[in-house]
Amino acid sequence: MTIASTTQLICFVALSATLVLGALGVVLLPNIVYSAFLLGGVFLSVAGLYLLLNASFVAAAQVLVYVGAVNVLILFAIMLVNKKENLAAIPGLGVRRLLSGAVCGGLFVLLIRVAFTTPWALPGPEPVGEEATIRIGEHLFSDYLLPFELASVLLLMSMIGAIVLARRDVLSSDVITGEAVDQGLIEKERTPLLLEKSPR
Amino acid sequence: MLTNTAPGLDLEASFEQALQGLGLSPGAAHLLWLPLPMVLVLVAAVVGVLVNVWLERKISAAVQQRIGPEYAGALGVLQPIADGMKLVFKEDIIPAKADGLLFTLGPVLVLIPVILSWLVVPFGQHLLISNVGIGIFLWISLSSIQPIGLLMSGYASNNKYSLLGGLRAAAQSISYEIPLALAVLAVVMMSNSLSTVDIVDQQTGAGILSWNIWRQPVGFVIFWICALAECERLPFDLPEAEEELVAGYQTEYSGMKFALFYLGSYINLVLSALLVSVLYLGGWGFPIPVEWLAGWLHQPIDAPLVQLITGSVGIVMTVLKAYLLVFLAILLRWTTPRVRIDQLLDLGWKFLLPIALVNLLITAALKLAFPMAFGG
Repeated sequence: MTIASTTQLICFVALSATLVLGALGVVLLPNIVYSAFLLGGVFLSVAGLYLLLNASFVAAAQVLVYVGAVNVLILFAIMLVNKKENLAAIPGLGVRRLLSGAVCGGLFVLLIRVAFTTPWALPGPEPVGEEATIRIGEHLFSDYLLPFELASVLLLMSMIGAIVLARRDVLSSDVITGEAVDQGLIEKERTPLLLEKSPR
Repeated sequence: MLTNTAPGLDLEASFEQALQGLGLSPGAAHLLWLPLPMVLVLVAAVVGVLVNVWLERKISAAVQQRIGPEYAGALGVLQPIADGMKLVFKEDIIPAKADGLLFTLGPVLVLIPVILSWLVVPFGQHLLISNVGIGIFLWISLSSIQPIGLLMSGYASNNKYSLLGGLRAAAQSISYEIPLALAVLAVVMMSNSLSTVDIVDQQTGAGILSWNIWRQPVGFVIFWICALAECERLPFDLPEAEEELVAGYQTEYSGMKFALFYLGSYINLVLSALLVSVLYLGGWGFPIPVEWLAGWLHQPIDAPLVQLITGSVGIVMTVLKAYLLVFLAILLRWTTPRVRIDQLLDLGWKFLLPIALVNLLITAALKLAFPMAFGG
């Protein structure tokens, strides 16, 4: 065994261990903040596995999108609504946990079976390495152009939706009564006009 | 790996050849070589911080017509070391109601991505740790890990000021990441590569005239503003605004953990300055190409002595450009007032983002129209 392959094996074992343990922690820990931070760790170890597969662009994109955007957004949401209150006891919690555990276990067994029965092509295709960036670009602008563009339309739609939901008070007319809203008033007064006018 | 056929000092090859000459196997020689550049860059980063702290103290003093540190060594050069030693010997306090684990992990998570990003900073054709193909993209993705560390330390301190500071820091670095990435993208488009070495190579044709700053003046300004915001330098140091938030996410920290934040922010400043010089100011390039100078002096560019001199000039030029930018950042600190949080987000989202997008589109159009000047 060469030094390179030994290092690779050690990295693989360490990354897989953090991945599995971290993922279990995300699901099982009662503290949601810990779960969110562990999720970041899980994403990072997935990026590490991509690096081991010589897919550095995918690894960097994984870190940028999942750790830098998704996970930070989750943390943001948790910390902005971080209320220290005990949740009301749910009746039949033990049975619910047992049921969900059984479903997860069944899914796990199914996946294991799929993994063992599938004839994997070993060794896999030669990694393209540094050429990957160019290759991904070519695919995105040729045979994957439609999904790529559709994804951008989807993102635009969700962005506009988020803006409409968040800034309902700065629409030019009131959504419910249809009256024109005085913009200057909103800038000065901090009370939301819409809430008072809306029928209860 | 990318194969570079351009001339330049290749220390790795010569080092391994020398060790193999002593009877070591190629694998062992490579293993002995591996830690050397990493340790060297780590030391360079820390020394860079010491120099930076000294400059910050001296220039700030000069701006305010004071003398600044004077007694610790000549011109106070030992003052940053004294500052560092003080932090090392301070008691390391974890507040009683704080979350000990996350409280410790936070500063580490802030510092590690910044140091890792030094992987891609080139000081010469072969003088960088790793010429990874994704180069500058690696830095962008690594710097997106930092907000998690800030949020973590803000949350774990169990202090309202800290939490607000952490949230502000994360919001700020997310909003400025986007125009920053778009500005970098315009440069990448011109050089047809994400690799930092290729980006510099593309700027070496005609010395100072071929630097990207002439072709990307808007991108340069956007990048510099965003880099200052990412480093939380004034006028964008809202996360630690003393008047409002005590010290933001750093409020509860003391001793070495505080020093990690301190180190992280200064390493980040030096790193940003280095990357500005790589992306826009020609990296290790001398204002007049060294090949022309060697030609005028009738020296072959491949001669060992000429190689040594050009290599040293490259390192000096990179560091000089970076520290000129640091000087600018320190002057800006004492010139501009701090912005409000709404002004900060307005600037990022409503001004820099559209301008960065327009800059990207114009660069693409110019690249199609004038492939000679804008990298075909």
